[in-house]
Amino acid sequence: MWQAYSWINLDFILKGFLVTIEVSVISIILSFLIGAVLGTLRFSKIPVLTPIIAVVVDLVRNLPLLLMIFFTYFGLPELGIKIGSFGAAVLALVIFESAMISEIVRGGIKAIDPGQMEGARSNGMSFFQAMIYVVLPQALYHMIPALLSQFVSLVKDTSLATIILLPDLLYRAQIVYSQNPAYTIPMYILISILYFIICFTLSQLANRISKRYA
Amino acid sequence: MFDLFLQNWQTYLSGFGYTILCSAIALIASFILGTVFALLEITETKWIRFLAKTYIEIFRNIPLLVITLFFYLVIPTYFMKISGFTAGTIGLSLYTSAFIAETIRAGISAVGDGQMEGARSNGMTYLQAMRYVILPQAFHYALPAMGNQWISLIKNSSVLAFVAGFDLMYSADTVAFSTYHVIPAYVITGCFYLILTLPLNFYTKHLERRA
Repeated sequence: MWQAYSWINLDFILKGFLVTIEVSVISIILSFLIGAVLGTLRFSKIPVLTPIIAVVVDLVRNLPLLLMIFFTYFGLPELGIKIGSFGAAVLALVIFESAMISEIVRGGIKAIDPGQMEGARSNGMSFFQAMIYVVLPQALYHMIPALLSQFVSLVKDTSLATIILLPDLLYRAQIVYSQNPAYTIPMYILISILYFIICFTLSQLANRISKRYA
Repeated sequence: MFDLFLQNWQTYLSGFGYTILCSAIALIASFILGTVFALLEITETKWIRFLAKTYIEIFRNIPLLVITLFFYLVIPTYFMKISGFTAGTIGLSLYTSAFIAETIRAGISAVGDGQMEGARSNGMTYLQAMRYVILPQAFHYALPAMGNQWISLIKNSSVLAFVAGFDLMYSADTVAFSTYHVIPAYVITGCFYLILTLPLNFYTKHLERRA
């Protein structure tokens, strides 16, 4: 069993680990930014725009991420857009997760006392100034645990991109044990530990922070 | 797109059936397992608590796909032959049970301590008090969060496609790559998932508003 962890295999798997982290970090940053904007717009009750965002967000949240990954990888080329497996994985993750995050952001803004907005507005700020400088910073602070849990799901969900041949952790593990089936269990143990380390750290951080608020 | 559906409706409906079947089994199994682990997590005995906590953290922090593929590849080699559908349903049940356990535990802690004390002082045993007093209230508190978990469960059942589970996603691929109408094939699949998830979504939001 221990031969499975030869230096060549470990090196090969670690390269996949870097791809997983790369996809995760890019998707976390983009989906956080887009999610924050969508959540704020949805809260702002702008005619026409807000209902459209609400419908799209609800549709995306209720569809499997795998469907979006297939769609971006196999569907978009039909429309003449070729973005490769890395691009398709990031695009699908960002679409799905920014919808999820926008709901968290909307919930967070809702939880802030309306007096904050009123106070800022009566001091001469515009709606969006009040939002950016007064309401959002407070809301974001309270959203940190929920956001971190969402990021944990995102990291786990990157494994789905294996199906579109993204050379991530799971994909590279599959290559290793397809050469020697005896390596199947060792490889699954190894990648489970690697996924666990990232996700457990993030979720413990979320627990810590939410306990501090309570 | 409508033509595509008419030509392949049997594939879609059989996939839809498997998705419903897998989701229903996993829903019941994960509910039972989740309740058991939530109860174990709040027992007085330290090592039982530790075991329950370990189970929950392991299944919460490892991707569902990794868990499912592990069952799909490892059980047939060492124990017995199982189909992709069975392996996928086992993986989905265990994965979801960890999340359900957390929501039920949160529900139990939302029930005041006085409830347990009152029930015990009326002569109930610990298990009776749990069964008749605490858990019914805990389920009530946990329902909105559980609704969201059930939506995730239905969406997550799409990993069956990886292990030849003949579910909706698997039929989508079959149709997409046998007809080469990729986009319409996936749009139809999306509609089928929405039939299952949207009603649950509205019901959950309704519960959240009421709470």
